[in-house]
Amino acid sequence: MKAPLSWLKEYVDIDVTAERLQELLFSCGFEVEELINIGKDISGVVVGEVVECEPVEGTHLHVCKVDCGDKGIFNICCGADNVKKGIKAPCALVGATVYATAKDHITIEGVTTIKKGKLRGIESEGMLCSGIELGVNGDMYEGADYCGLLLLPSSLKNGEDVKAVIGLDDYIFDIGVTANRPDCQSIFGIAREVAAVLQKDVKEPAYNYTAAKGNYESIKITDSAPDVCPRYIGHYVKDVKCISSPMWLKRRLALCGLRSINAVVDITNYVLLELGQPMHAFDMRTIEGREINVRRARDGETIITLDGNEFKMNNENLVICDGKKPVAIAGVMGGQNSEIREDTTEVLFEAAKFARDSVRKTARTLGQHTDSSAMFEKGVNEYTTERAMKRALHLIEELGCGTVTDLHIDVKTKNSHTAEKTMRASVSKINALLGIQVPESEMVNILKRLNFGVKLCDDELDLTVPGYREDIDGYPDIAEEVIRFYGYENIKGTFMPSAAVTNGGLSEDQKTEAALKSRLVGKGFYEISTYSFYSPKDLDTMLIPADAAERKAIRILNPISEDLSIMRTTLAPSMLNVIVRNLRRGNMEGKLFELGKIYLAKNNPLSDFPEEKNVLALGVWGKSDFFDLKGITENIAGLFNTRFEYERCEKPFLHPGITAKIICEDEELGYLGMLSPEIAESLALERFAYICEIAYDKLLKHAKAFKYSPLPKFTEVSRDLALTCETGITCAEIEKEIYSACKYVTDVRLFDVYAGEQIGSGKKSMAFKITFTPKDGPIDDKIDGFVKKILNNLKFKLNITLR
Amino acid sequence: MQDKINEIEKSIDEAVKDVQSSKTLQEIKLKFLGKTGVISSLMKNMRDVPPEQRPSMGKVLNALRQWSEEKFAAIEKRLKEFELKRKYDEEQIDVTLPGRCPADGALHPNTLIRNELISIFAGMGFEVYEGPEIENDYYNFTALNTPADHPARDMQDTFYLAKDLLLRTQTSAGQIRVMENKKPPIKILSPGKVYRSDDDATHSPMFSQMEGLVVDKGITLCDLKGMLDEFARKIFGENVKTRLRPSYFPFTEPSVEVDVSCFECGGKGCRLCKGTGWIEVLGAGMVNRRVLEGCGINPDEYTGFAFGMGIERIAMLKFGINNMKLLFEGDTRFLKQFKV
Repeated sequence: MKAPLSWLKEYVDIDVTAERLQELLFSCGFEVEELINIGKDISGVVVGEVVECEPVEGTHLHVCKVDCGDKGIFNICCGADNVKKGIKAPCALVGATVYATAKDHITIEGVTTIKKGKLRGIESEGMLCSGIELGVNGDMYEGADYCGLLLLPSSLKNGEDVKAVIGLDDYIFDIGVTANRPDCQSIFGIAREVAAVLQKDVKEPAYNYTAAKGNYESIKITDSAPDVCPRYIGHYVKDVKCISSPMWLKRRLALCGLRSINAVVDITNYVLLELGQPMHAFDMRTIEGREINVRRARDGETIITLDGNEFKMNNENLVICDGKKPVAIAGVMGGQNSEIREDTTEVLFEAAKFARDSVRKTARTLGQHTDSSAMFEKGVNEYTTERAMKRALHLIEELGCGTVTDLHIDVKTKNSHTAEKTMRASVSKINALLGIQVPESEMVNILKRLNFGVKLCDDELDLTVPGYREDIDGYPDIAEEVIRFYGYENIKGTFMPSAAVTNGGLSEDQKTEAALKSRLVGKGFYEISTYSFYSPKDLDTMLIPADAAERKAIRILNPISEDLSIMRTTLAPSMLNVIVRNLRRGNMEGKLFELGKIYLAKNNPLSDFPEEKNVLALGVWGKSDFFDLKGITENIAGLFNTRFEYERCEKPFLHPGITAKIICEDEELGYLGMLSPEIAESLALERFAYICEIAYDKLLKHAKAFKYSPLPKFTEVSRDLALTCETGITCAEIEKEIYSACKYVTDVRLFDVYAGEQIGSGKKSMAFKITFTPKDGPIDDKIDGFVKKILNNLKFKLNITLR
Repeated sequence: MQDKINEIEKSIDEAVKDVQSSKTLQEIKLKFLGKTGVISSLMKNMRDVPPEQRPSMGKVLNALRQWSEEKFAAIEKRLKEFELKRKYDEEQIDVTLPGRCPADGALHPNTLIRNELISIFAGMGFEVYEGPEIENDYYNFTALNTPADHPARDMQDTFYLAKDLLLRTQTSAGQIRVMENKKPPIKILSPGKVYRSDDDATHSPMFSQMEGLVVDKGITLCDLKGMLDEFARKIFGENVKTRLRPSYFPFTEPSVEVDVSCFECGGKGCRLCKGTGWIEVLGAGMVNRRVLEGCGINPDEYTGFAFGMGIERIAMLKFGINNMKLLFEGDTRFLKQFKV
């Protein structure tokens, strides 16, 4: 929201500096995001009178003597075509700063400092300036569009600083207005807050006009969509003259970034800026049947708007129609068919309230965003709607661009709200919420400054809420108004003296999660955090088949891009992406983990909350291999006081010979394996990568409470056995047979694998350390028997022999 | 006899004169004091000495033995010291060579901040609640006093998954789930991922928030301020102050924006605080009556406050990270720095 200081001064006697006002606005909830000093680049430019002016032969130049009053008289060489003796123009003295322009004398190319210099050999002690060189245009100062010298009134005193003369001493406050205060999306709205914070009166704009009585042919306005158009006011103005707006109005529009068009159009824009009510003017000649109908568009109905764009509308779009056709998209933009032209003579002014979400939907679906639609989306109030119409009519009269008639059509539907809102708020409850004691007199004073009607009856404030404050709802809102002006610095920290004591901290599962992360960090893993969404292409890269469960991902209906369009069903693509990124950046080894969610739809199309499952993903590359990663998973099992089993399995994105599924108590928890060489090659990876995923929520269910087991009373005994077996036999098969052969075996640990000539082809040797733990008595003398039994079992089941 | 003794003394002196190692010394010592050594042999020969001479003879021999033992001991001590010194010299290492330790990994900066925040607030009696990331319109908006046509819906661009299912835009959604199931006193902390359709240098479509909620009897804006003061001191430093200023959130009233005094420059103004001396860190406010009512909590009996902060923002401020994207890239050169 841009508010020029000079405009605010129209309503409030501002007697503080712009910087101080910025601080005060900040303190009451209006952050000035930028304080723009519009003349900040211009300095040292004064009013100069050309007292002598001689042409330089053979050039377009003139040598002038310029009288700059108390600054002196200077020789200045000037190339402008409108320089002549007797004129007054801005004179940039040596050391002054102005805008440098390109050869076209229009395009600004930065700021330049004026130096004493020579132009074609002629000494020059300054520069006479155009409006453009001072950063003003014709809307900001009469005649400033001309690319020659900016001619100043002869009444000005020579040597006077030009900035004040042409309005470059002004400031623009760019104010952030919170969503609850649409009433402050206007200059006057801000002025009300400025007045309140400065404890000054606010001067209302003039709303009066004289309605010319006459026998005008009536205009019929029908509101067929009262739910989205609660109020519609039309007023007929005749004898319209599309004259140019006066300088003061042009300047205000220009300061807010709008160009002047003609008085009638300018008035609608001015009222929007001043009061925050979008307005529209229809050329009455084009309104067929002298009727206006506010209705929903028919599907496929089209309109060409003022900017020449054609829109095809649907039933969600609200349109303003005449007897036959749409003439405006309600609250967004008028139609070309009814726009104000040079020869327009009669106009129907519109001031209406359209529902926020209706305008928002229309502006969005049509992709047509305007100042008007932005304002309606923020919200307008009928209090202002009524005044805006009066204000526009006042300006018509003031500017002399038409005759205001008494043909006023006000459609107030059942959804219209104009009754004054009254409420009660208790002083003690306000103070109880704030935690401090604001004196009631202070509350009354603050609320009065904010234009509340206030009556204090004991502890109760009887309040009449200003018509434009639709945000005021209950006593906490009043508390906020009070503290906003009483000052937040009065809020002193306390520590919940009346609150009950509560027990804080993490739940057991949260503690477990922290322990897991800390364990992994201890093992050299770095935690990563990746987006919860990725691209279907990421699943393509992983060679996930079209019918795989992973493909049943939830789609985001309005993704930023296809790259971030599906909710992940597996963490593997995210992990792979990070590994690839690291390798491309020259990080040749690494160990990463992520504990994140996957999102699984229960039905398709999605109609119910999906399942959100926590998954632990591990990724290693570079120096680590399959067994390094497997060791980590075994260690994780240990953390949960359980054990994993591993079985060979296949995954589309993993090496079919170097992949295992992870099983815990017959439940499959996940997998680990080497990234398929096919994928590694397609991604040009220079290192082997291994990926693991474990269903963390499932794993949690297998966690066992830890309990100490008593130390064995009798010493454990261990034996090493080197076995020879077929190459295809797995370690797990042998372990299982060793355990099953003897109940005293408590640990079996492979410590060597060997294959080679000494063993013979198709065979390998595996060496195990077997631990026997006694139960009721010493077993030293039984060990030989146990070993024999184990060997017999291995021979019988797996044809394994002792080496 | 005395001559003999003098001779022995002399030969001992001679023998040990150039001795270099304690091993050689030991051999020499054995030669004189060993069982078959020179001095021991003289002692044995005492049997042949006439009885009347034995006392004086014994005295002389004992003196010799004592003298030689002391002599050897002294030399041995000197040699041992010398040898130890030489050993130490030989074994000397370059203590400035790098140490060895199995490399640790590191937690993600977000986790570090999250843990720190949780520990601060857990100490104040907050429990941690983690709600779902996929929410419906009711929990994310309506119950938070943000009906369908509310302009605040435009403050956050929402990702939709179905007509009534969306990726939560704020952890505040979890507030409602807690208040529906738990009656005051409530003190919860709700960290988690949130999503907004924003993607540029300072915005990420996914980020993390930490939401806090207190509902009890007699909770005031001063209590919010007191708790935030404590939080700011613990996370940013003892001298850091907080400042409240008016703001707007649909689910709190009054609503405030909370700034902390710049911990980099102490409030004098620097690049971090853009010259203002203050840094915006979180939004907060007194829980809106409508929100309490909607959850079946009587707003005339209970009041409360809520606050929410961006975890990435705190991490970036605290660690001086200048680009939010780094947090989601998983570059190990970045992650390695957070071994704190």
